Amino acid sequence: MSYDARFKVWRGDADGGGLQDYTVEVNEGEVVLDIIHRLQATQAPDLAVRWNCKAGKCGSCSAEVNGRPRLLCMTRMSTFEESQTITVTPLRTFPVQRDLVTDVSFNYQKAREVQAFTPPEDLQPGDYRMQQVDVQRSQEFRKCIECFLCQDVCHVVRDHEDNKQAFAGPRFLMRVAELDMHPLDTADRRPAAREQHGLGYCNITKCCTEVCPEHIKITDNALIPLKERVVDRHYDPVVWLGSKIRRRKD
Amino acid sequence: MTDAERPQGREGLDAESPERHEYDVIVIGAGGAGLRAAIEAREQGLRTAVICKSLFGKAHTVMAEGGIAASMGNANAKDSWQVHFRDTLRGGKFLNNPRMAELHAKEAPQRVWELETYGALFDRTKDGRISQRNFGGHEYPRLAHVGDRTGLELIRTLQQKIVSLQQQDRRETGDYESRLRVFAELTVTDILKDASGAVSGAVGYWRETGRFVHFSAPAIVLATGGIGKSFKVTSNSWEYTGDGHALALRAGAALINMEFIQFHPTGMVWPPSVKGILVTESVRGDGGVLRNSDGKRFMFDYVPDVFRGQYADSEEEADRWYEDPENNKRPPELLPRDEVARAINSEVKEGRGSPHGGVFLDVSTRLPAEEIIRRLPSMHHQFKELADVDITAEPMEVGPTCHYVMGGVEVDADTAATAVPGLYAAGEVAGGMHGSNRLGGNSLSDLLVFGRRAGLGAAEYVAGLGGSRPSTSEADVLAALETALAPYREADENPYALHSEMQQKMNDLVGIIRREGEVREALEVLDELDERAKNVGVQGGRAFNPGWHLALDLRNMLAVCRCVAMAALERTESRGGHTREDFPGMDPKWRGVNLVCTLEGDGGIALRHQPVPEIRQDLLELFERTELAKYLTEGELARRDGPGAAQQSDDGSGA
Ligand SMILES: Cc1cc2nc3c(=O)[nH]c(=O)nc-3n(C[C@H](O)[C@H](O)[C@H](O)COP(=O)(O)OP(=O)(O)OC[C@H]3O[C@@H](n4cnc5c(N)ncnc54)[C@H](O)[C@@H]3O)c2cc1C
Ligand code: SF4
Ligand code: SF4
Ligand code: FES
Repeated sequence: MSYDARFKVWRGDADGGGLQDYTVEVNEGEVVLDIIHRLQATQAPDLAVRWNCKAGKCGSCSAEVNGRPRLLCMTRMSTFEESQTITVTPLRTFPVQRDLVTDVSFNYQKAREVQAFTPPEDLQPGDYRMQQVDVQRSQEFRKCIECFLCQDVCHVVRDHEDNKQAFAGPRFLMRVAELDMHPLDTADRRPAAREQHGLGYCNITKCCTEVCPEHIKITDNALIPLKERVVDRHYDPVVWLGSKIRRRKD
Repeated sequence: MTDAERPQGREGLDAESPERHEYDVIVIGAGGAGLRAAIEAREQGLRTAVICKSLFGKAHTVMAEGGIAASMGNANAKDSWQVHFRDTLRGGKFLNNPRMAELHAKEAPQRVWELETYGALFDRTKDGRISQRNFGGHEYPRLAHVGDRTGLELIRTLQQKIVSLQQQDRRETGDYESRLRVFAELTVTDILKDASGAVSGAVGYWRETGRFVHFSAPAIVLATGGIGKSFKVTSNSWEYTGDGHALALRAGAALINMEFIQFHPTGMVWPPSVKGILVTESVRGDGGVLRNSDGKRFMFDYVPDVFRGQYADSEEEADRWYEDPENNKRPPELLPRDEVARAINSEVKEGRGSPHGGVFLDVSTRLPAEEIIRRLPSMHHQFKELADVDITAEPMEVGPTCHYVMGGVEVDADTAATAVPGLYAAGEVAGGMHGSNRLGGNSLSDLLVFGRRAGLGAAEYVAGLGGSRPSTSEADVLAALETALAPYREADENPYALHSEMQQKMNDLVGIIRREGEVREALEVLDELDERAKNVGVQGGRAFNPGWHLALDLRNMLAVCRCVAMAALERTESRGGHTREDFPGMDPKWRGVNLVCTLEGDGGIALRHQPVPEIRQDLLELFERTELAKYLTEGELARRDGPGAAQQSDDGSGA
């Protein structure tokens, strides 16, 4: 059942590095992260990789496998031919720290720039009432495990360092949409979506949706509706007011 | 950083002075307990640091699936804190710290509602309130949940609350981090104290660079979670190396109940690389049943006497319960976890297991496919992606996995204070709340209730200090750095090999079923591993070097394993998460005993007996006398009845 696979793993740090060749045992049912762990235990004790849950729940083990952004713990070896050489590299959009570990602090900065949930001031804990159908849309976005694969793949920042300042990336535009759709959020989030978070940079290529391990329809369900609402507001602020009031009543 | 600036192992300690920070309180751990503690400390006006080993938002809490227990009474109005308290004590086999169980049951609803004000979106009932689901050991549907990703919701909500406080601080001070800062990917290696024995700070290293950091702070909240990585088959992540347990021991605090380890009955068993990954109990709460290789629902054969009255005798009654819980008893699949885990273990041992050494958990014949996908989306995903199994069409194979440690740092129930001035502990790292066995859903609520109390406790302590703060001697800081660098020695013991040997031995010898001879053997193995650990040598630089990290974690795991094994040997009965094959019964005399581990001057572990805090009379009266008689000694029962009440019985209707 087991065989020896050929791997190329990027080793190095901020000063530079390159692909290193390894031949390593693979057993039935294993995922790429198992192989990286086997390398650590047998050939490369200081090989750096991030991971936590090994069950696709925490979003730590993001890297690129054969150039595609993936969770290492959810990439099964059985999806490759035994003869195929597998190349594992760090996320390209973020500065490398060491080996497969990158500096993802960009994402935490962007998270901090999205205005927090703003409930009605007079609503007491325990008195929140919301219908399942109304929370469902935001719940989809809250499945996000913050793996940042969508941030990594989005072409707006992938090869354009200079756009990082003005663009929050799909994950955090989706956060804006999530709050915008929260039945009890009182803030008008549309001006910031355009002016601060760079919604206009997104040209709905859907690459983010394709890589999302949680299968969240980022583009269709978050970004496009947000764009529509921003445009609405741009032309007619009354529409927004009306929609919020109507939503509160039901 | 260029190569020359990057610390390379031992060299450079003289040249390198650690980065320094000063806070009012530092919270070690960014899971549910740590984040809730930090929120409270910051809201009480303390300058607060949160430290965690992994990225912000990745702590173990993220993995919790089923839900958070709180008697809000949304699904069944008969629920109340008293019923929750009762269930918690039954689950813990009456060994719980009763004050903790009381505070937990009373405060959990407020803590859950508060999450909604932070932005949490739980699944809803028809009338728009928080939906609650059934879970093992809970009399009423009690678990607030979001599908089967409740832990993710909890951690993201708390993370976003922290961000919201930081935004507020920025508006007021111009700096997001002026009052509350998260130090992510920083591992704490030691707690520091002043000459009087009070907490004065901590030492750790940045995982990214290997640089050392010295924090000065008069108060520390430990919220480091559990110890599961000491066992081979576990649902826990690499972070669970018992750091907080070991930090507390070394700082002079006590660990209690370390023999009690929860083996969750349903972990994945196949393929080997995912062995141990959790299959949430909601599968059973929502109708899933356990079968052996003969197709039999074997749990009916394993209902222990203490639970006879509460669980169904026939499949028909059990099935009716899902629709009509008022008039039917619960299915035995929903017995507390220790019972189910032992039952699966016996079935497999007697040759009625599944092909890969587990049993079958089937939901496919119980619910329509769409319903399964809606209620258990991440289980559906997990089995499909990792095992090629479609749970809507075929049964899963499951078996016990090391999941949770009931034992932990001994704390004061109201303030979460340990015996060391300035040291607090909350969450999985703290002991007492769950007694000998934790009910599902009672951890997430525990994190919030006692996380908040630890933040408050620390704030009161700091306020009480006035202007005077404990100071640390430079020599102590340097000694802590030396210890952390010790694995950079010319030696060739491989930390990975040592770790995997320890995991295997703990699994085999101090696992779900224990025997005197084997536990003794484990202690000998631990002696040997302690010796070998002195010869662990690591290579490479200090920047993100997992070999070095593991070498440091080993020290903690070895100390914790020793406590587990010593307590497991001492307790000659079976109760909750401690099963002795040579002492299969529950013994009322042991009910009142906590086993307490402390560190001796010579580095050894001392074990002593200590009475479990007494259950207050009004709390005892929540139970029927006949039920108490199954747990308490004659003397304790007589005290409950009080003078002149000898004839009285079954009067406990306080619920
Ligand atoms: C798969 C799974 C499912 C579960 N499902 C449920 C459920 O449905 N309901 C329920 O109630 N419970 C559940 N539990 C249990 C519950 O999730 C945990 O007990 C709980 O999350 C522990 O939280 P905590 O805050 O104590 O610690 P954690 O969330 O584990 O956080 C520990 C923190 O401490 C940090 N840390 C540790 N050591 C150090 C150090 N040396 N230096 C710096 N930082 C350190 C870590 O980085 C981390 O941030 C589940 C557990 C698992 C494994
Ligand atoms: S859809 Fe928008 S956000 Fe997503 S990858 Fe394309 S440009 Fe980026
Ligand atoms: S939206 Fe999807 S891809 Fe993006 S960070 Fe969240 S889980 Fe990852
Ligand atoms: S390790 Fe958690 S998602 Fe891969």
